[in-house]
Amino acid sequence: MEGRITAIAPGGPAADRYAGLSFTAWRWIGTLALIAFAAILPFRLSNYHVFELTMVMIYAIAVLGLNILTGYNGQISLGHGAFFAAGAYTAAILMHRYGVPYWATLAPAALICFVLGVLFGLPALRFEGPYLALVTLAMALATPQLLKYFDTWTGGQQGINLAKPMPPPWLAGLGLERDRWLYFVAFVVLLLAIRVAANMLHGRTGRALVAIRDQPIAAAAMGIHTARYKTLAFGTSTLFTGVAGALAAIVVGYVSPEGYSLFLSVSFLVGSAVGGIATIGGAIVGGLFIQFVPNLANDISDAAPWALYGLAMLLFMYAMPRGVVGSLGPLINRAMQRIQQHRAAFDTSAEE
Amino acid sequence: MHQFLQQVFSGVAAGAIYASVALALVMIYRATDLVNFAQGEMAMFSTYIAWTLVNAEVPFWAAYLITLVVSFVGGMVIERVLIRPVENAPVLAAVVVTIGLLLIFNSMAGWIYSYTVQDFPSPFPDRPLFGALMTTRDLGVIAVTLAMLVLLFVFFRFTATGLAMRAAAQNPDSARLCGIRVGRMLAIGWGLAAAIGATAGIMVAPVLFLDPNMMGGVLIYAFAGALLGGITSPVGAVVGGLIVGITENLVGTYLIASQLKLTVAFALIILVLVFRPNGLFGTAIVRRV
Repeated sequence: MEGRITAIAPGGPAADRYAGLSFTAWRWIGTLALIAFAAILPFRLSNYHVFELTMVMIYAIAVLGLNILTGYNGQISLGHGAFFAAGAYTAAILMHRYGVPYWATLAPAALICFVLGVLFGLPALRFEGPYLALVTLAMALATPQLLKYFDTWTGGQQGINLAKPMPPPWLAGLGLERDRWLYFVAFVVLLLAIRVAANMLHGRTGRALVAIRDQPIAAAAMGIHTARYKTLAFGTSTLFTGVAGALAAIVVGYVSPEGYSLFLSVSFLVGSAVGGIATIGGAIVGGLFIQFVPNLANDISDAAPWALYGLAMLLFMYAMPRGVVGSLGPLINRAMQRIQQHRAAFDTSAEE
Repeated sequence: MHQFLQQVFSGVAAGAIYASVALALVMIYRATDLVNFAQGEMAMFSTYIAWTLVNAEVPFWAAYLITLVVSFVGGMVIERVLIRPVENAPVLAAVVVTIGLLLIFNSMAGWIYSYTVQDFPSPFPDRPLFGALMTTRDLGVIAVTLAMLVLLFVFFRFTATGLAMRAAAQNPDSARLCGIRVGRMLAIGWGLAAAIGATAGIMVAPVLFLDPNMMGGVLIYAFAGALLGGITSPVGAVVGGLIVGITENLVGTYLIASQLKLTVAFALIILVLVFRPNGLFGTAIVRRV
């Protein structure tokens, strides 16, 4: 993986001013506008579409987790469905058996998946590239079997039915019913996840992870504790995915072994690759792909929807091998620079 | 004791099939440093081609030969047309493309041939041998695998093309400077792997019955076998495949419920990688800094 580290300076030079505002200010305005848009959106859509968008955000959290591991650290995992399942079943079992309220299940799910990830990350230190992909592929295949086998806890083949949580009463009074409430729960978790990931990846840790991915030997020679960072990447990555799994269990209100097949793990990897492997925004594109492309393929052809889905994967990889955000991002940056140069040229000619 | 031996022998027969798929994986890994996740589905699709031919009254071995040729050409075309564009892209892009192929083949097979489970004729008579320890069918499967291994060995060791392929895999730049068409060698590698996979599919279909998801489990066992033997070693792939086949049968009979079979393969892969990361026959990859 010959990815570059593109450091976009947050402040930028003083010349980066448009209409009297700095680049940073524009970024904040853009971000706030996006958040406002996402907050208004559910009130303009039907319940089913709100549910779909909630799932997009949940998948985005999972893909973000996988991105930390695969995109930034170069460890390919085809088994993140297993950690998604671990998170989902943690939440389901806590709610179903112990009557824990739904919001209190996210932290235990995060903790359990972090521990599982670190435990799995330790032997994973020994494998590289395709080897790790194979081991995790086997894990993804074994997951439904294991879930069926330990049926006293997991409910076996039937799975566990959960009551969908209701919004707090004072909000229900404001006309915010269940699906929209869950949308906002997922939305807040997604924002938090993006913030945490950005803090981690745009700093010292992120640089260490990328260095290990691109030049493991040089990174070790520079004094980066390779094993510690790789294990950390694994744990953090599975933590995100586990939280997403717990959210999915809460939102769908049902968990069963068949929902966590190899296909789910493959979807995460595909979402990550299509969105842009070492980008944070790519996770959202990935979430959209996972949620909507299978339905779209189904609409186009009843007979062979997965063939179309596979074809879509191939076409995306040929057109944008670095993913949507990874390929378009640099283009947009370049376009911005162009505009800036033009403006600079225009300003100087105007002064004359 | 008799049951134990019986399980060992049927494990050898199953292992021979895992060994063939493992061999196909090793071929592609050696030639391109790429793991082909669609290997099993390609084999399944080839098996359907053979099935169509057999149903059209083509004699079995003629159908087998035609399938081999079609698979070989098909494998080459896939490499040239579909894999080549991502040859120099990030590893992940190549992985995603082979997974995409997996979905496409699986879905196409379901679409063309439906998901109904089909009978597949065995070329070998089913008669008990050695006091019912194994059947003539098992023996036939083992013989075909061995023959394939010998042919491959001869091909790589004694033919000019085999030598050129080894050179192209080991050091593409130097090979290219010596006048070897590296791209063509990669295509031949994919073609051979597809043909080996087709053989494995045709051998396994009478036992597992033919359906589009036939190869899913087989692929994982084959991976386990390839890793156990060392993913760089063809002999290792065969030995590893056999060991996995026997282990699977014995563990399934004596230790735990058979619904955890895949978990056993998973545990085996982890154990191998923790204790012998290069497998039994593989060589450590030494990198120059």
